[in-house]
Amino acid sequence: MATLDSKIPSGPLADKWRKHKTEIKLVNPANKRKYEVIVVGAGLAGASAAATLADLGYKVKCFVFHDSPRRAHSIAAQGGINAAKNYQNDGDSVHRLFYDTLKGGDYRAREANVHRLAEVSVNIIDQCVAQGVPFAREYGGLLANRSFGGAQVSRTFYARGQTGQQLLLGAYSALSRMVGAGAVDLHTNSEMLDLVVVDGQAKGVIIRDLVTGEITRHSADAVILATGGYGNVFNHSTSARGSNTTAIWRAYKRGACMANPCYTQIHPTCIPVSGDYQSKLTLMSESLRNDGRIWAPRKTGDNRAPAEIPEGDRDYYLERLYPSFGNLAPRDIASRAAKRVCDEGRGVGPTGLGVYLDFADAIHRLGEPAVRERYGNLFDIYHEITAESAYKSPMRIYPAVHYTMGGLWVDYNLMSNVPGLFVLGEANFSDHGANRLGASALMQGLADGYFVIPYTVGDYLAGQKPGSRPSVDAPEFKQAEVNVRGMTTRFISNKGQQPVSYFHKKLGKIMWEHCGMARTKAGLEAALQKIPALRDEFNASVNVPGSGDTLNQSLEQAGRVADFIELGELMCRDALTREESCGGHFREEYQHPDGECKRDDEKFGHVAAWEFQGEGKAPVRNTEPLNYEFTKMSVRNYK
Amino acid sequence: MVAVNTQQPFSVTLRVWRQAGPAQPGKFVEYAAKDLSPNMSFLEMLDVVNDELTVKGEEPIAFAHDCREGICGTCSCTINGKPHGPGKGIATCQTYMRSFKDGDTIFVEPFRARAFPVVKDLITDRTAFDTITQAGGFITARAGSAPDANALPIPKGDADLAMDAAQCIGCGACVAACKNASAMLFVSAKVGHLGLLPQGQAERDRRVLAMVNTMDTLGFGSCTNQYECSAACPKLISHDFIARMNRDYLKATFRDAFKPAPAGGGGGA
Repeated sequence: MATLDSKIPSGPLADKWRKHKTEIKLVNPANKRKYEVIVVGAGLAGASAAATLADLGYKVKCFVFHDSPRRAHSIAAQGGINAAKNYQNDGDSVHRLFYDTLKGGDYRAREANVHRLAEVSVNIIDQCVAQGVPFAREYGGLLANRSFGGAQVSRTFYARGQTGQQLLLGAYSALSRMVGAGAVDLHTNSEMLDLVVVDGQAKGVIIRDLVTGEITRHSADAVILATGGYGNVFNHSTSARGSNTTAIWRAYKRGACMANPCYTQIHPTCIPVSGDYQSKLTLMSESLRNDGRIWAPRKTGDNRAPAEIPEGDRDYYLERLYPSFGNLAPRDIASRAAKRVCDEGRGVGPTGLGVYLDFADAIHRLGEPAVRERYGNLFDIYHEITAESAYKSPMRIYPAVHYTMGGLWVDYNLMSNVPGLFVLGEANFSDHGANRLGASALMQGLADGYFVIPYTVGDYLAGQKPGSRPSVDAPEFKQAEVNVRGMTTRFISNKGQQPVSYFHKKLGKIMWEHCGMARTKAGLEAALQKIPALRDEFNASVNVPGSGDTLNQSLEQAGRVADFIELGELMCRDALTREESCGGHFREEYQHPDGECKRDDEKFGHVAAWEFQGEGKAPVRNTEPLNYEFTKMSVRNYK
Repeated sequence: MVAVNTQQPFSVTLRVWRQAGPAQPGKFVEYAAKDLSPNMSFLEMLDVVNDELTVKGEEPIAFAHDCREGICGTCSCTINGKPHGPGKGIATCQTYMRSFKDGDTIFVEPFRARAFPVVKDLITDRTAFDTITQAGGFITARAGSAPDANALPIPKGDADLAMDAAQCIGCGACVAACKNASAMLFVSAKVGHLGLLPQGQAERDRRVLAMVNTMDTLGFGSCTNQYECSAACPKLISHDFIARMNRDYLKATFRDAFKPAPAGGGGGA
């Protein structure tokens, strides 16, 4: 059994991080250059970590599977980033952001982590502005804000509908500066295919060059994974096509625990699926719910055009059910409400899986130019995809997989249970509990990279003798390389009949049906039969053309889908074991009469961290109790 | 975009550039793409063609893609001679099959420029853009040392204009569209974005000199004011930023030539 010590510092909640920073060990400036740190991934968390650690003087090697670090999927975040600046003088504070985030996560995150996140949120905005991130401003020159779900204050900073892009380009520019200065050794088109553990500590990685096929070993004093989430286990998601679980999954197989893998976020406002060929789903930012009103016809089977449905026949169901938060109810709640409406037969559009997001009132109130200035690029995206104008008729939207709150287990220092292995951003499980609030993913990625890891990695490295990292000729490196080469050979030599996408689609259907917005014991048990069968079928009949010695996109996808199939099984296992509903994890058996989540704090007020036991063996479920010292776990109420 | 009025499935003929590697010769190869929905994206159409090739035992067409919503800048096809295809202000991944009609022949090639060598089929190597950014496309701001974000008000007009430039997705369509394969729009967008902001002033001269000089060593051509770059840009970034950068470059060159040399520093006590 793995030991899961959260290492939460003692003392009052608001003092923990400050106190911890003054107590953890430091590495002296002359010694920093003797330590080498590997960073895998260069999204918000990875790029900010790599840049900041290099600026501190550590030797940093950064690996990204993209052709440039600027392409990481953080770039696609639209709406904004939260920070407790209280620039609007509307009653915001660090405590309120902490409380909203903890409550939004349905009391399944650690208090201390969430409080630290709220504390450093204010530094993030300062840092980004100093880097030249062009946040939206008011005419007076001050920063503008808007509201996001689950909050009653305006604390979201934004750059049109491209906030993630601008924040990532800020982190990318900081990283580029360090690459230009020779302080970061950047490897693009480089995918991590295994973690190397020596004497129980993470000391390196095995990398495949995606252009030449070359497989190389890299050793380091510490390894940081910032490789994002695993939403593509559902095949259809808002993630980029390349987003994958491989780095964290292979680390799991080397002993790192996977925490709460079943916590997935289904975003309420995405463009509905239009056909079987569809490769991805496109998000329509939550910021639209500031001005858009969500509704469905009151009667079932009402297939009149939206303009012909009079007010009296419309059901603005979020405003009706959650009057105090209205259209800005948290994502999990808004998604389930949309599902219920469609399940009742009141859905709209050709598939019946859709509801309206209507801007007519906002256009009437503010005028079309003001709406265009706020959301123009989102309306353009909608038009490109659907050939419909949201200025003239309401958008059709439906929930889609968007984010994964689960991930590798980490302690307060963001270190996994494998010493020397740190995990940042969406790849870890730490801050969002069972549901993430809008505009908090960007906040967490940058908090981890700019403001947490620079302190905590030093605490670990101070305990490692400079120059003690193992040679890449150590047997553990050789064995890991043999493991990776074996996988490549198996895929290439397996001349089956089906392309990789065939299996990815099948897995996605199983996951969406049984482990999506609503889950049941029977459904999850069925999935746990279907997924191993799919894995056998994949192994027997996947076809990967070409060779491993060149750029081969089928080979890349085969490895990723193989990992998704295994992860999917673990997610269903986790969802089956968690006999309660909380946040994004909704078990139909556990609900209040009004359809809201029914938590069981007594039995499940803990983190479930799964530990790999070997191929074909059932994983062990470890638990870390969530001890709430300062907040009462209560029933979430957005009414 | 030309909308197809029908939801009927239709078919097109593709002539796709196939090239096994940077040193191998390439050629156009013909493929039939059948039973297409007008609501498919162009890249989803390539997915379908690739799955058919895989089932037949042939190697699928390598093409660059990731976010599929026009923001990551990975996708990079030239479609019927136009970088990112027929639409205005969109990337290849935002091109939908409703832009084409039944029986069309569609030519698909990689972005072509000396500074962007072909890696395989439709994929090119755009590392040169990263190299230019590493030379100076940043504002130095160490984590933890920033003043309060509202301490420095920035006029909304300046911030909005900076944002117009900052939208660049680094795809390289501007280079592919330019007959000289010039990178001026890409470089000027970054120089413009950072130069418009008060935070960007300290490094303004150094930045423009370093970025332009690096650009010149990487095999990009010169700008001859044809503005094909702006027309092909998926974010419609204005060529006005090129003029702005030329002014910055000239001023920086003079200041650099005439600046007084500071006295050398020494160690502390």
